[in-house]
Amino acid sequence: MPPKKKTQQTAKQDRIANKPRASKHKQSGKIKELFNQVVFRDWCKACGICSAFCPKKVIGHDDRGGPVIKRPDDCIGCRFCELHCPDVAITIIVRDVESERDRA
Amino acid sequence: MTKEVTKLIHKYLRHDKKFPHVWCPGCGNGIVLGALIRAIDRLGLEKDEIVLASGIGCSGRMPVYVDFNTLHTTHGRALTFATGIKLAKPSLTVITLMGDGDATAIGGNHFIHAARRNLDLTAIIINNQIYGMTGGQHSPTTPYGCYATTATYGHIEHAFSIAELAVTAGAAFVARGTVYHARLLDELIEAGIRKPGFSVVEAMSNCHVQFGRRNQIEDPVTMMKWLRDHAVATEKARKMKPDALEDKFTIGVLADLEKPIYTDEYQKVRDRAKSLARQ
Repeated sequence: MPPKKKTQQTAKQDRIANKPRASKHKQSGKIKELFNQVVFRDWCKACGICSAFCPKKVIGHDDRGGPVIKRPDDCIGCRFCELHCPDVAITIIVRDVESERDRA
Repeated sequence: MTKEVTKLIHKYLRHDKKFPHVWCPGCGNGIVLGALIRAIDRLGLEKDEIVLASGIGCSGRMPVYVDFNTLHTTHGRALTFATGIKLAKPSLTVITLMGDGDATAIGGNHFIHAARRNLDLTAIIINNQIYGMTGGQHSPTTPYGCYATTATYGHIEHAFSIAELAVTAGAAFVARGTVYHARLLDELIEAGIRKPGFSVVEAMSNCHVQFGRRNQIEDPVTMMKWLRDHAVATEKARKMKPDALEDKFTIGVLADLEKPIYTDEYQKVRDRAKSLARQ
């Protein structure tokens, strides 16, 4: 039984390794880390701090000032919004590309 | 840096209380709350080891939301209650949260004497330069020439500088941060709690609703930019000329002294008295 288990595991590892990665930096060839921005609308008071200070303009705002995630892939994960949200209503999570693709 | 900051903050919140909290949209109190929680998490303290005492004002609502031993006391008396707690059980980590009016006007005497006495307490003072909760009356930290409900033709008094006052009063650790420099603020709070002796952390905050509205800075973003542009790090400030620093304030550690702690000294007195009684 143990050998069979081992082959299954290696097969899975190969499958992961051969999958195309999310996106690459053109020059460095490094894999760019991606982030998910989750806004908890029930607690958000639309103060506008997250959208005003976002260095990559990932977060925009709608007509009542609430945050809208406009370019999620541009996020560099500086967590300014997460640290400065007075209502603890925004979370930055490292995107797990593999699991998301599996789910899709 | 801890990953998933929000998840960490949720660990320390009382979710049975009414959320979102009572503070206005964009209020700096929420940022200070986050900084405090991050500092406590980094220190690795248990929830039961911490006592959080607050006075009256917007900042006084903070202990309601966090899952420590909490105390919402009378106006200006957060430090007196904290002194009692610390003397009764010196093993506890006692933190007090006050506003600028609470600490330097109503509780001004308690503040300077607590600093002089050097009990092992941490005082976090949120300075928004106004009495926010009561409707925007001028406080001891309202700058000269600013407008408030009780200074409709401009404020004619001069402002206190809380951190410098604490240095003069003899606090063992004094630091100043702003809500814009959130990472620095949680480092300063962490250092303050770690420091044996009386530590003061002044957090410059924004009150765009009561202060900003009367002084043509009506949104939190502009107020935070104001804090960003007027804050100078202590190391940088030493090299700058005095007139360049006129409308600026310094951030960082302002004083870090080694002084005998009140609770230790008190224990010594008790031991001495006991040994004399035996003779």
